[in-house]
Amino acid sequence: MKLSLKIWRQESFDAKGSMISYQLDKVSSDMSFLEMLDLLNEELVQKGERVIEFDHDCREGICGQCGIMINGRAHGPLSNTTTCQLHMRSFKDGDTIYIEPFRAEAFPIIRDLKIDRKAFDHIIQAGGYISTSTGQPPEANSILISHDNTEAAFDAAACIGCGACVATCKNSSAALFTSAKITHLALLPQGKLEAAQRVINMVDQMDTEGFGHCSNTEACEVECPQDIAVLHIARMNYEYNKALVFKP
Amino acid sequence: MKLDAKIPAGELAEKWSNYKKHAKLVNPANRKKLDIIVIGTGLAGASCAASLAEQGYHIKSFCFQDTARRAHSVAAQGGVNAAKNYKNDGDSVYRMFYDTIKGGDFRSREANVYRLAECSAALIDQAVAQGVPFAREYGGYLNNRSFGGVQVSRTFYARGQTGQQLLLGAYQALMRQESLGKVKTYTRHEMLELVVIDGKAKGIIARDLLTGQIERHAANAVVLATGGYGKVYYLSTLAMGCNSSAIWRAHKKGAFMSGVSWIQFHPTSLPQSGEHQSKLTLMSESLRNDGRIWVPKQPEDKRILKDIPEEERDYYLERRYPAFGNLSPRDIASRAAKERIDAGCGVGPMRNAVCLDFSKAIKEQGKDKIKEKYSNLFTMYEKITGINAYEQPMLISPAAHFTMGGLWVDYQLMSTIPGLFALGEANFADHGANRLGANSLLQACVDGYFIAPYTIPNYLADELKAEKITTEHVAFIDAENAVRTQLALFLKINGHLSPDYYHKTLGKLLYDKCGLSRSRESLETAIIEIKQLRESFYRDLKITGDDKVNSELEKAGRVADYLELGELMCYDALTREESCGAHFREEYQTADGEALRNDQDFCFVSAWEWKGNNLEHELHKEPLVFENVELTVRSYK
Repeated sequence: MKLSLKIWRQESFDAKGSMISYQLDKVSSDMSFLEMLDLLNEELVQKGERVIEFDHDCREGICGQCGIMINGRAHGPLSNTTTCQLHMRSFKDGDTIYIEPFRAEAFPIIRDLKIDRKAFDHIIQAGGYISTSTGQPPEANSILISHDNTEAAFDAAACIGCGACVATCKNSSAALFTSAKITHLALLPQGKLEAAQRVINMVDQMDTEGFGHCSNTEACEVECPQDIAVLHIARMNYEYNKALVFKP
Repeated sequence: MKLDAKIPAGELAEKWSNYKKHAKLVNPANRKKLDIIVIGTGLAGASCAASLAEQGYHIKSFCFQDTARRAHSVAAQGGVNAAKNYKNDGDSVYRMFYDTIKGGDFRSREANVYRLAECSAALIDQAVAQGVPFAREYGGYLNNRSFGGVQVSRTFYARGQTGQQLLLGAYQALMRQESLGKVKTYTRHEMLELVVIDGKAKGIIARDLLTGQIERHAANAVVLATGGYGKVYYLSTLAMGCNSSAIWRAHKKGAFMSGVSWIQFHPTSLPQSGEHQSKLTLMSESLRNDGRIWVPKQPEDKRILKDIPEEERDYYLERRYPAFGNLSPRDIASRAAKERIDAGCGVGPMRNAVCLDFSKAIKEQGKDKIKEKYSNLFTMYEKITGINAYEQPMLISPAAHFTMGGLWVDYQLMSTIPGLFALGEANFADHGANRLGANSLLQACVDGYFIAPYTIPNYLADELKAEKITTEHVAFIDAENAVRTQLALFLKINGHLSPDYYHKTLGKLLYDKCGLSRSRESLETAIIEIKQLRESFYRDLKITGDDKVNSELEKAGRVADYLELGELMCYDALTREESCGAHFREEYQTADGEALRNDQDFCFVSAWEWKGNNLEHELHKEPLVFENVELTVRSYK
């Protein structure tokens, strides 16, 4: 198939960016979206032009490094799918595709479609862990956890940290990302002891990083590649209020 | 140089305890004076960096990705083995040791493998404490499943995302140490040179991939936990950024490489669908618990797969290996698939695949049960291929996956350069010539959580007295200049072919000539062709863009290293005149096509020494001594 591509090009954080048009022929419907960009980059090299910079790594939907806005949707037209798992069979011959980076104040653009998501690391550093050191743990089966609780914790823990939730949100809120980690750890007995401190620190850090507030549009859930539910945001709010009320 | 594996004295079961009893220690007050560089933030790197930081050392952690949580351990699906014997089905440390050493076709060290099994149970404790949501039974106890190459259920799992959950545990431990100021992470940094001073590893040269800045970092020890190099084949199950550059550049500074050509092809990957393809996606081996593998009995059978009647299907694994059937080890399952595909019985549009069929399991257990076990894998399959595998057989094919080879290390995981350690897939140590499923997550974790935290302090104890090195040392200046010269060269060549062109060409060449099977003839041809390809690379390479954010420039460095590594892979395969594990030399097979090992002449670890550009490597041999197991023919029939 033949495609018209309009792609965001920006030299650096400080530079002004713009949409540039490209024509691409010989796109096959079996290609992944990123393989289509590989093809374009190969053509740009042949023409002596700088390639389009984009982030990607595992290309199997689990590392969370890829992520671009495609026709205005985070990760493209399919719901709950990473950019790397999107295939060109979702498009048709003659389509025009608009390709932009994820945009949020907390995710500065590095070059073209590459963004900096360090803010997510900072949120985890604020408390997204259980304070255990190597060598301390008791025998694994001495901590019993019900099947259903484990499964629910897993559903939240499955977050890949891609940032699609932030890019989709009109407020650039990181509530889905942050709440997923809070739920994962709050549901497990190992994580309960520090749950109050964790939720306060992580929510505060989320604000410090410049993410906006959640206004419950639930747009994030639609784009989340791991289908993380917005119910976790409610749990985060519950945990946060509980922590404030029972503050020692 | 004589290789000394430094295996501790004593009975097999006591060696690791003996080592720990006598390992040197560093006083807590002195630990913060010692700097350790850890390259890579996968399971091995993150767990090592976090564990050493908890002890009080000062850690610098590097990764090329945008955050530590992206490292490719994240993609491991199936599970992690541990000899907990929770299923009461006859498992033990010894049994796990034996399965692993047999699975590796008796080409690994007894002491290393035993230690791996011995430390496995503690890893499950560690991960559970971190909050890893392993599968549970309804009573709240941990659940297990079985995996290829063994007859017990010892695999712990978190749906089909075990690697992700274990990695997040290690990543969170690392982030905790960063918040405490014990670790400084350098994301989007690539190590481009190892700095060796007076024979010891003393630092690295790294490139900041955001600014293009070349940086010098000094340390008392350097840990390479940079994963495997299966991406050398271009098409593989690895991430696009996985590379050999850190270990290869260390190799060129004096660290030996071992088992270089021992690369596992995973039997259950999705087949290649066209020339544009950049990646072969893995479907977890756990699918083989319920899926049956078959091809049509007749070659070139073009019927719709579902319409091929039962008696015209060849369940070749069940036929050839009745004892293990669809759960035969990976090397055997992959080779058997290639044998059928080469015989013209392959299925799919490119006739390059075999069927993995769930119809019997769905009939017996119900669709819901299969869904509960594998839904994420079936969904992923449908996203990529557009096919619903509940209705039709999955199409699968072998793909380059795991490198058993890597940097030679002794029992302490230290390379031939003192102060340079290699952990996880980056070393060669535990899997012999073939790795068993669910042992890679285990090895990465055990190396990082439990071994390096003893062996690195043992080395550092003497470093306290050593002269403090600064980055002004001439060795740093030379190493930095070498990096700058190479980068400038790539930008200057201005030919007409991209790094991807060379990577794909090399990958295809290696797949055909040094892949699932090899012969003297194919390897000798490959060596000549790789040399020619390398000459072309330095003549015709084209890199556009600048020396700042430039993914093409990053690729060029990695491909340049692959073009040297690929040649060594061929020499390694050529000189090993036997078949063992994943290394199948066509000249050395039994009458019924099984691998024919030669314990008389090849019961050793090959360790290759770099002698300089365009000079042949020198082969050193570390004999493998078996005192506890008998070398048998590895039969799964």
